[in-house]
Amino acid sequence: MDFLISHTHISPFYLVITGFIIGILGGFFGVGGSFLAGPALFAVGVPMNMVVGTDLAHIVGKSIVATKKHRALGNVDLKLGFIMVIGTIAGVEVGAQAIEQLKQFGRASVDKVVGITFVVVLISISLFVAWESWQTIKMQRQRKLDAEKSGVGFKELKAKQDESAFDHIARRIHKINIPPMIKLRASGVQRISVWAILLVAFIGGIFSGFLGGGAGYIRMPAMVYLLGVPTHVAVGTDLFEVVISASYGTLTHAIKGNVDIMIALVMHTGAAIGAQIGATATEYFHGPRIRLAFVPLPLIGAAIVIYGLLSGENLK
Amino acid sequence: MKLKPSLAARSFLIELIVYAALVAAYVLFVIGLLNAWLHGLYDHNKTLYAIIALLLIITQGVVLEMVTSFLLKLIRLRSD
Repeated sequence: MDFLISHTHISPFYLVITGFIIGILGGFFGVGGSFLAGPALFAVGVPMNMVVGTDLAHIVGKSIVATKKHRALGNVDLKLGFIMVIGTIAGVEVGAQAIEQLKQFGRASVDKVVGITFVVVLISISLFVAWESWQTIKMQRQRKLDAEKSGVGFKELKAKQDESAFDHIARRIHKINIPPMIKLRASGVQRISVWAILLVAFIGGIFSGFLGGGAGYIRMPAMVYLLGVPTHVAVGTDLFEVVISASYGTLTHAIKGNVDIMIALVMHTGAAIGAQIGATATEYFHGPRIRLAFVPLPLIGAAIVIYGLLSGENLK
Repeated sequence: MKLKPSLAARSFLIELIVYAALVAAYVLFVIGLLNAWLHGLYDHNKTLYAIIALLLIITQGVVLEMVTSFLLKLIRLRSD
């Protein structure tokens, strides 16, 4: 099928199947899936600036499906989501402007800078999440052994299943006393500065605008490790926030000519069904195991981008 | 009422096949027809193109969510 806006020829089956896989992963991990969608589009010849904007558009459609499902499961903290939107939109604009500056140096420069940044970010996140999840699972195993010895009940252990080895960092951030301070009832956070939430969202937004996608691969772990939000709620809230911020990102990128909406529409037909399946699957897994299962995904995305950068050719 | 695993898998497979047929028809006819018109819009008015692009993906998101939920419900009812 010819996609006239991006001047590419891509099989619709490739796009639908890619969307389906990304939909499952996105619904399960609460991420837009740009760490796979971006490289998948780049691999079939879509220019990197077009990849960034088109991926954002596809994420809008997909996140609507997954958010509705997560909302029904009680996994969305609306208060946190609305505050994060403000920081994310500001960050997206900064990221999109950076892409505009790079475009002045030609397509090759955009591809190289965005590609290398993408690889570094993906590998760093993957290694960090792997290390943290493993530490948490080890900690839980030890506690279970201790509990069996001392006779602590199953309920008390169950309540701690969604903890993180980095809980102490979140507790420190909760103590930062810069008004206004708020309570996030749905996330179980008693007191946190609005500025801490805005800063996390702003940084995620910069990555979203610069690398494409909703940047859930940064925001979801950041919500868990820095803001102390339970993993299930981080997944649902991130998706809700992504609907709004990716809509803004789509608009701003489309005005700059970076969106091939035809590609996004075809990809989304597969993602819609995948997102429902992924969101349903979160009911059967606990926090650290969801995070550990997340680890290979950014690495796959990084491998595809490295191949594209080194060979200078598309996978098509 | 919860479905048995084999029944649930069969229902899911049927849903996927029905959905795939609907998607194929949609991609070929509806999206295929939009291609040239959107390209013209992209070349001549980027702001209008951006607004329509966003509306299209949101509408498709909402409609496909309804379609997938409806199919799931329908197949479950038949299986019961």
